[in-house]
Amino acid sequence: MSDLTKLSIKDLHDAYRERKVSAVEVTRAYLDRIDSVDASVKAYLTVTADLAMQQAEDADRRLQAGGDRVAPLTGIPLGIKDLLCTKGVRTTCASRMLENFVPPYDATVIERLNNQGAVMLGKLNMDEFAMGSSTENSAFHCTHNPWDLSRVPGGSSGGSSAAVAARLCAGSLGSDTGGSIRQPASYCGVVGLKPTYGRVSRFGLIAFASSLDQVGPLTRNVTDCALLMNAISGHDSRDSTSVAGVDVDYTQYLQNGLQGVRVGLPQEYFIEGVQKDVREAVEKAISALKDMGCEIVPVSLPHTPYAVATYYIVATSEASSNLSRYDGVKYGFRATEYANLIDMYKKTRSAGFGPEVKRRIMLGSYSLSAGYYDAFYKKASQVRALFKRDFDNAFNACDVLVTPVAPTTAFKMGEKTADPIQMYLNDIFTIPVNLAGIPGISMPCGFDGNGLPIGVQIMADAFREDNLFRVAYNLEQSVGEIRNWPEP
Amino acid sequence: MKITADEAAHVAHLARLSFSADELQLYTGHLNAILEYVAQLQQVDTEGVDPLFHPLAISNVFRGDEPVASLPNEAALSNAPQKEEGAFLVPKII
Repeated sequence: MSDLTKLSIKDLHDAYRERKVSAVEVTRAYLDRIDSVDASVKAYLTVTADLAMQQAEDADRRLQAGGDRVAPLTGIPLGIKDLLCTKGVRTTCASRMLENFVPPYDATVIERLNNQGAVMLGKLNMDEFAMGSSTENSAFHCTHNPWDLSRVPGGSSGGSSAAVAARLCAGSLGSDTGGSIRQPASYCGVVGLKPTYGRVSRFGLIAFASSLDQVGPLTRNVTDCALLMNAISGHDSRDSTSVAGVDVDYTQYLQNGLQGVRVGLPQEYFIEGVQKDVREAVEKAISALKDMGCEIVPVSLPHTPYAVATYYIVATSEASSNLSRYDGVKYGFRATEYANLIDMYKKTRSAGFGPEVKRRIMLGSYSLSAGYYDAFYKKASQVRALFKRDFDNAFNACDVLVTPVAPTTAFKMGEKTADPIQMYLNDIFTIPVNLAGIPGISMPCGFDGNGLPIGVQIMADAFREDNLFRVAYNLEQSVGEIRNWPEP
Repeated sequence: MKITADEAAHVAHLARLSFSADELQLYTGHLNAILEYVAQLQQVDTEGVDPLFHPLAISNVFRGDEPVASLPNEAALSNAPQKEEGAFLVPKII
């Protein structure tokens, strides 16, 4: 077979079952490509070549034995965002604080991939502790957008999106707290899903903001997204926010036909400041949906302009609490010289965390501190309730909402690093999904004048991934899957 | 609402962070810019709105009090910056 890294997860699975190719051959092809291409993309923080070859050999044995032991992800080479704990494999969160951290256990999602016999190629770069929108906040190095190496891949799951687009893995896992899967997916032309809060276990996901964080897949098409989602979702008793219930087969929603589906267009997402090419591509996707029989419904999400302000109080408050665990005692970095315990804490944390992480810990600590709690954290949590109400009202009138993912396509490296608020504003269209806990998917719908991919976002009510997958699958056939992946 | 460098230093202490004078000035500036931006939330009428701290309507999850295997001592200590006799070693506190 020609270029094995061009096959989708679904095609690889079929090729394995028909004995056209082995998992060892495919894994070798990906490792070779990482060797030759990742020096310019820099998607990986750690490449686990030996482990990957071992897992590929195991997968080939399963494929030989056949039957029940062959799962849709058996032998599929994947990349993992470096905030998911992998037993015996360094997990850094792209932070000096965890530079040498080797987890003694696997995250539940990793266990689930292992149960299917998937292959892990390595751990992917990200913004430190998932705080950022460009992957420029990694303590180790920046990742480059494979479509234009002078641009960012988005963030915080920038390694996960760049690796999928550059064919450095067949699919990847990321995490999304305010858009960290969907925005990089949009910037790199891949499909990225933020599931309903509670669908996917957070056990072993290094916490940023626990009421917002959710793990999800990044893939080259919608079918692959459903296959990865099947593997990682489901109840886990080790995560008390994981939702009980039967496992769902998301591929059942990949069916033709959208007759009568109500598509809501929130007016607050089609505003000044959205790049012209982005607006036009999203409008084209909307007219394609209309042509397929969808009913277009204008709706309003009136609190949208407050998304960034609400998020930066809620997320930083939770982060300041979550990140208090990095105290130099149980794991991670510890400063070498200090006068006493408090001094040890301060020196450890000041040297271990990067500037953006410290900025957010400061803001969160301030919002939660005596005298300011009501004005900041409580107020933001009340506004958060209004976001939920906005979505409840909208989903009375429609089945899905269709919007841009981000106001622009991928920006240049260094363009927004000087002004934190400009960087934060980039997340305005993705944040509301996390505040309300609903699912959202980003998928490619065209290119701008510079040849950079444009993403369209589809949102649905909580636990209505069926609507997301149905619309995304049909839209993908209409706008066409990307086939001309970049050669960085 | 503007915060001063002294107030920022107090927050830094609460968060167990320390900054040089230059850094403190930089962070105070950033914090003030962000606080000025988030002040827009005060325009939103939230009278009588219950705060939403969590997206799901979930309550406490209980399980039977049955012993299960936990991480072995050695594994739990495997990432400790300093350890001694099966315990984490910390600076003297009393």
